[in-house]
Amino acid sequence: MEHIITTELVSLFYSEFQALKDISIDFLPNTVTALIGPSGCGKSTYLRLFNRMNDLIDNVKITGKVTIEGEDIYKKDTNIVELRRKVGMVFQKPNPFPKSIFENVAYGLRVNGVNDMSVLKEKVEFSLKQSALWDEVKDKLKKSAFELSGGQQQRLCIARALAIEPSIILMDEPASALDPISTAKIEELIYELKNNYTIVIVTHNLQQAGRVSDYTAFFYIGELIEKGETKELFINPKNIKTQNYITGRFG
Amino acid sequence: MIISKKVIRNKNLKEKIAFNIFRVFSAIVVLSLVAILSFIIYNGISVINWTFLTAMPEDGMTKGGIFPAIVGTLCLVAGSMIFAIPIGVFSGIYINEYTKDSFYKRFIKLMTNNLAGIPSIVFGLFGMSLFVNTLRFGDSIIAGSLTLGLMVLPVVIRTTEEALKSVDNSFRHGSLALGATKLQTIRKVVLPMAFPNIITGIILSVGRVSGETAPILFTVAAYFLPKLPSSIFDQVMALPYHLYVISTSGTNIEESRPIAYGTALVLIGFVLIVNLAANALRKYFGKKVKMN
Amino acid sequence: MIKFFKSTFEKIIEGTLFLSSTITTLAIVLIIVFLFREGIGTFNQSPIEEGFSLVVNKNNPINELSAQQIKNIFDQNITNWKTVGGNKDSIILFNLDNISNFYSDSAIGENFEFLPQCISDYTEKHSGVVAFVSTRYTGKGFTGKILTTPKVTITQFISQKEWFPTAQPAAQLGVLALILGTLWVSFGAIVIALPLGLATSIYMAEVANPKVRNFLKPLVELLAGIPSVVYGFFGLVIIVPGIQKLFDLPVGETALAGSIVLGIMALPTIITISEDALRTTPKAMKEASLALGANKWQTTARVVIPYSSSGITAAAILGIGRAIGETMAVLMVTGNAAVIPHSFLEPVRTIPATIAAELGEAPQGGLHYKALFALGCILFIITMAINLIVGYVSSKKKYNTR
Repeated sequence: MEHIITTELVSLFYSEFQALKDISIDFLPNTVTALIGPSGCGKSTYLRLFNRMNDLIDNVKITGKVTIEGEDIYKKDTNIVELRRKVGMVFQKPNPFPKSIFENVAYGLRVNGVNDMSVLKEKVEFSLKQSALWDEVKDKLKKSAFELSGGQQQRLCIARALAIEPSIILMDEPASALDPISTAKIEELIYELKNNYTIVIVTHNLQQAGRVSDYTAFFYIGELIEKGETKELFINPKNIKTQNYITGRFG
Repeated sequence: MIISKKVIRNKNLKEKIAFNIFRVFSAIVVLSLVAILSFIIYNGISVINWTFLTAMPEDGMTKGGIFPAIVGTLCLVAGSMIFAIPIGVFSGIYINEYTKDSFYKRFIKLMTNNLAGIPSIVFGLFGMSLFVNTLRFGDSIIAGSLTLGLMVLPVVIRTTEEALKSVDNSFRHGSLALGATKLQTIRKVVLPMAFPNIITGIILSVGRVSGETAPILFTVAAYFLPKLPSSIFDQVMALPYHLYVISTSGTNIEESRPIAYGTALVLIGFVLIVNLAANALRKYFGKKVKMN
Repeated sequence: MIKFFKSTFEKIIEGTLFLSSTITTLAIVLIIVFLFREGIGTFNQSPIEEGFSLVVNKNNPINELSAQQIKNIFDQNITNWKTVGGNKDSIILFNLDNISNFYSDSAIGENFEFLPQCISDYTEKHSGVVAFVSTRYTGKGFTGKILTTPKVTITQFISQKEWFPTAQPAAQLGVLALILGTLWVSFGAIVIALPLGLATSIYMAEVANPKVRNFLKPLVELLAGIPSVVYGFFGLVIIVPGIQKLFDLPVGETALAGSIVLGIMALPTIITISEDALRTTPKAMKEASLALGANKWQTTARVVIPYSSSGITAAAILGIGRAIGETMAVLMVTGNAAVIPHSFLEPVRTIPATIAAELGEAPQGGLHYKALFALGCILFIITMAINLIVGYVSSKKKYNTR
């Protein structure tokens, strides 16, 4: 199978500080990969390479090569809008816009020039169904998104990301702000979504990584320590640091 | 879904247009300020010299200096601050340190905001009615100072409150845990840390007081009084009122124009110095706090 | 023992602090009491100066004339009693200024000792006469009829257009022109200041790089610090002549000049408050928008501005409040004609400017003096309302972001 995302010796600097050191990982399509590691290890920074969200920070320098679907995304003439359309993102805290539920999901379409109401309706419904939220909100699409519970808000944010038909979804600790029941729903959803999307998820929660991911990469202070199939890595870590982390000796 | 190049070009063009409009509008704002400042500095600078600052006005205020107006304004600044600083700082402390998020706190805040929103001319009316007529202070420094003091009180209260709020609670808890009383904690820990911001607020309110005209129109300001005050019950001239008088209703408006430019420059210079001082202080203390 | 003193001391300090915190409330209560005590006095008085009265022939069926009718009669806009509901009889004006037209000096007497008799005779002889005379002359033996004048009412005060507080025989206290003048100038100011202010705040919060922002921020603060007389002075020597030349007007002191000056003055309020509001937008929300392929402008227009709309509204309202209450600058540049404005190129007069211009000349305790306090009350009520609206708007629960 062809790799959908590849990174080759990627390093990232905030001014002088090196946040990522020569990271090389390849991702297979329709898989879930978990990035784990203690706070500040660079896993979120690494995730944000794929939709170039690090560009928003001043004084960031990136070396190495990142390709998505075979294209080097740090090429000069890269179309960032198209890239971000292809690579959806879900954030740590649910962050719906101050708009109605419908408009939240339609947002990505509207800002990219889709204003045909019938198209919008169709895609909103499709996305909400995919994120398992449709039945809960179908009667109140015009209501403010803030009236939803935290877990529902997060699924709305997933629907919002799905609406523009990405092939990859980045999740930055998507359940860390949620209660256990909502977390379970999100995890179930991730499992479902795997059929159609490639998912990269950053998580603090090792059990979660174990439950939802096919592959796991362990980061420590900007370095990739170990990567592999999740089961293998959890049962039989090759590196002592990985072993210490997953057995809870630091983190 | 494929986003067409046209859509992207279109939205990036819109962004460019919008941001350029913002740039142009901001430039207009900056330019109008620069225009006002440079106009007054350009016309006023040649008028200002030692005599202008230290002489009495002469010949129906078309010649001579503005010394009594400078002294008058300084008196009013001092008088209003003697009133506003202690009361403002005390209320700020009370609101931030002693009240919980209670009805009283919200009520006081509402009242402070309302007081801040009252137009200055209404303060003038009130000051005339209470201090000048009812308390029989007459047109006097004390009546003017109290009126101005009341007007800037909300500024002092708010800055004090904000300054205290920015002191992290851990410092309070740390001090209390060592057995210090609440008052000791406030005096020895909280106030010193909030001090720079409180001072900055006070300096800015000095700038505000020195430029106000409407509140002093009927409480203290003298049209023409070429002598210095000898007590707090005397009238005085004041810079802003003097500028108003010689630019609109003086005996000879054309001839007193240079004096008007000079007065305007002195007023602006005062505000400028006050602003710079506040900024410098903020920076100075900012560094000092960081070093510790 | 020491402990006892210590805690008593703390109590005393706390008490002092508490008392200080009550001063703002006390001040507002006092302002209300003093303002309204004088202001409401307006409505207990007859518009005719104390010590004077209007008299007519005792057979004249008219018993009462309103302030406006009196003015029209004495301005000779009304010349027949029929117009005010009386007999068909032309009106003869009689007052002490033109007494020599009616009686010779000797007839009046050296010390006016015969004056009361003269007035009495004259009113008796002529059925159409209306005389404005001191009450000293209408005492015992007076044969005419003394007219009553209705007291000034609040509705009249607010709805009438004519503001001639020192007019004789009856003061005209209609503030409609002043209220409209205030709103007119403020409206113009906000039309100028709102787009400029909002654009600048958006530029500072969303577009400018930190260096430019660090340059703009103190500049805006400085703009806020410049005294209003200086703005007024600048308006007087630059904007007023400019407008006069540009539109080829007889005078440049116009509503437009006031609006421009006020607009510049309202800028710092609008910029600072709306920038603060824009900055409260959570970073995560902006990132989410960018991650969906929106560009910076789309993010600003569709996410940041809606999110901070309550703060932006508050900024706009406070800007209006600042414009409505501003006194000196307006006084210096608007020309102060107490007429209802029809265009921006006419002189207007605002409430604060009226108070500032006239209070010095109004005798303390007189009707004019009280009427100016009543104007102050109107201003107070308007700004209080604005404050409460702002309080409500900015406390209105923002979309809960959990």
